[in-house]
Amino acid sequence: MPVNESLATYSDWTYSSAVVVYVVATVLYLSEQAFGRVRGPRARERELVAAGATGSSASTGSAGSAPPAATPPAERTRAERLGRMGAALTILGVLLHLASLVLRGVATGRAPWGNMYEYASLLCLFAVVTWVVLMRQFPVRRLGAFVLTPVVILMFLAGTVLYSTAAPVQPALQSYWLVIHVSVISAASGILLVPGVASLLYLVRSAHDREPGSFARFGPKLPEAAVLDRLAYRTTVFAFPLFTIGIICGAIWAEAAWGRFWGWDPKETVAFVSWVVYAAYLHARATAGWRGAPAAWINAFGFVLTVFNLFFINLVVAGLHSYANVS
Amino acid sequence: MRDVLAHLRNTWRGLTAMRTALTLLFLLALGAMPGALLPQRSLNPAKTEEYVAEHGWWGRLLDRMQFFDVYGSVWFSAVYVLLFVSLVGCLLPRTWEYFAQMRAKPVLAPRNLARMPHHERAEVDASVEEAIGRGRAALRGWRLVEREEADGARSLSAERGYLRETGNLVFHFALLGLLVAFALGKMFGYEGQVIVQANGGQFCNSGIFNYDSFRAGLRVDGTELSPFCVKVDGFEASYLDNGQAESFLARVGHQSGADLETGTWRPYDLRVNDPLRTAGDRLYLLGHGYTPTFTVTFPGGETRSSAVQWRPADPLTLLSEGATKFDPPGYTDAAQRRQHQLAITGLLAPSAVFTGDLLGSDFPEARDPAVAVDVYRGDLGTDSGRAQSIFSIDESLVEDGRLVKVARVNLMAGESTTLDDGTVVRFDGVTDWVSLQVSHDPTQVWVLVFAVLIVLGLVTSLVVKRRRVWVRARRGEDGRTVVEVGGLARTDQAGYGEEFTGLARSVLSGKEES
Ligand code: HEM
Repeated sequence: MPVNESLATYSDWTYSSAVVVYVVATVLYLSEQAFGRVRGPRARERELVAAGATGSSASTGSAGSAPPAATPPAERTRAERLGRMGAALTILGVLLHLASLVLRGVATGRAPWGNMYEYASLLCLFAVVTWVVLMRQFPVRRLGAFVLTPVVILMFLAGTVLYSTAAPVQPALQSYWLVIHVSVISAASGILLVPGVASLLYLVRSAHDREPGSFARFGPKLPEAAVLDRLAYRTTVFAFPLFTIGIICGAIWAEAAWGRFWGWDPKETVAFVSWVVYAAYLHARATAGWRGAPAAWINAFGFVLTVFNLFFINLVVAGLHSYANVS
Repeated sequence: MRDVLAHLRNTWRGLTAMRTALTLLFLLALGAMPGALLPQRSLNPAKTEEYVAEHGWWGRLLDRMQFFDVYGSVWFSAVYVLLFVSLVGCLLPRTWEYFAQMRAKPVLAPRNLARMPHHERAEVDASVEEAIGRGRAALRGWRLVEREEADGARSLSAERGYLRETGNLVFHFALLGLLVAFALGKMFGYEGQVIVQANGGQFCNSGIFNYDSFRAGLRVDGTELSPFCVKVDGFEASYLDNGQAESFLARVGHQSGADLETGTWRPYDLRVNDPLRTAGDRLYLLGHGYTPTFTVTFPGGETRSSAVQWRPADPLTLLSEGATKFDPPGYTDAAQRRQHQLAITGLLAPSAVFTGDLLGSDFPEARDPAVAVDVYRGDLGTDSGRAQSIFSIDESLVEDGRLVKVARVNLMAGESTTLDDGTVVRFDGVTDWVSLQVSHDPTQVWVLVFAVLIVLGLVTSLVVKRRRVWVRARRGEDGRTVVEVGGLARTDQAGYGEEFTGLARSVLSGKEES
């Protein structure tokens, strides 16, 4: 099937626009961080009251309700307005980002995750969408910059170093398992970016709580450690089974494509290691003495491994996965 | 003796603690990493040797420590086995507890419900009986016990989320099952590769010697391979304009079971990603390449043809290398014959391009095949008893002068060259060969079953939450009924607050939670 060149070009444009929009959103979030006053206990109390008032039907899944951080409009500060603009721009970025993947899929007539560029793009899309969903459930809008920064870096690398022109994929990748395996794995990896970031910030915040002198300026602006911990846990609990399913789909595909379901290919090995690390995180969080900082370190390490798997294993170590490489 | 027992018991306790399992899990992950970073002998022997040679004593040390064989190494296996034991040790007591718990009734309501992490209290006009009835209605689906208390109050103890522990146990047992099935598969499985000419060439899975390479599990001696045969009738490939492969297809026939006796061939289109499953084994299309046909007309007028596969040197353009060897006809004396053997060796390009005299290939398809070869005459060493590669000649014979280069030519398909003694060598053209892999793994279905159970157990144990709720109703001084609700989250406390508020409200009102 021939590639539709003009659609492929539009896809590239929307991709670049998405990156630009994310960058602007990041700047806005950062301004909110910089100019926003640290909210005193009174503001927080008010927030709790507000949350209690809507709390009658509030369950954990009330994704539709307004973000709890909303204070009455009259008191909305300049900084908050910046943050809200950032959030709105993030949504715009997501739409452009989504459009770029859809256009590429239509242009090539296949699922748009057949090489590293497309794969990294999909991963980032999942990360941002996860963030947008979480922002409505946890009072953490001000962390947008910390999520968008790694996303922007990944997308920039994907769009330059890893970029490949739109083309059909080779025989080994022509399978509906490409659709399943790669989409599930990238969904899981993308979602896991968020708890990775949250865990790192948790470490900062709890270090500050223990000793107010450390991170004195930055620490107080972060959400409370308990909120960050809960966010990281909930998100990991959601992504971990997905990641497991993605690995199993990979194994099923490998049985058909490579003649064995598991062969300790470098990418398989690192996937296994990351799986163990996240399993250890879940165990650690349920084991006395490992809760808190140790668990957070484990989670952050898990995400480092995921990125390592994406870049190092594809680009440096030769393995069966490398044909999904940059062309 | 006592000490020994005590020591053993302590070791067992230590080994089966959660902390130990966690540490072992980490060790397993850590131990697996070098396998991703260092070349592994089982995946790439040539690269491994190169790495060892390049790194001197360090390479040799790593080699001695089995770092190029991580997944078969003593230390990796040790962690694997210890983890296994630790898991069993964790699981046995938990299983007993689990069965005890499944039969147990929800615990007595604590005397002071206000001390519970979650608590609500209200005074209502309904009677004690009615209030308890409302509680029952609100707690439908929970495991429930109603009790009459000493001071005339009545209480409900409710608990739910038992499935969580079920899921947890399923997950861990499935993990064990997967480890065992995986290990058994490695012991009883085998895997072999073979090259078959794609113009009717046949292969039978009747013994290890039919393979070009074979990897057997520990318990496989090659005498009991699953009997089946395949015949490769043709091979088709299509490519994009830039040379990237688009599809590969080998048309094969296969026979197993009764078909072997009747000689029936059943057709199958063998593709990448679509193995043939027959007789409990799987047959894969791994790759393909070209076989040049050479015809030699000897001075006496006898002709001989030979078609031996050459191997791709460049996977993108399929520029290939190899050696086609001939025994001369008409010599009865072995020593005489050994002086007149011929070898044609060099490069084969499926789509030839020449830069000067240098042959290259600019496309993987056989559009315009050509060879650039050296022709050697002399002793090929085929009688020496030493193993020979079919893809090359023994260079040491050239150095010894026992094998002499007599020509160097480029030939397009159909062209020929005449040697100094009048022998004519013609390059007739190319045909396809395919490389096939046969794999046998009797337990892989079990691995899949356990993997699915792992996911089911995992999801169950992460989604289901364990909660306890108590309701107590008693007649107050003023004749109204005091209802108290207390709650305790046994897992994931964080989310329980709102959940409890809603629940307590419906307990007090008698309506089910929305
Ligand atoms: C046991 C088998 C397998 C495992 C454990 C596995 C694991 C993974 C993981 C973890 C990723 C995401 C990488 C990252 O985070 O950077 C991935 C991506 C991918 N996998 Fe697999 N995989 C397996 C089998 C396969 C098979 C058989 C194919 C194709 C024939 C395949 C094709 C891909 C492709 C195209 C990607 C996305 C691009 C890339 O990162 O290179 N995988 N796999």
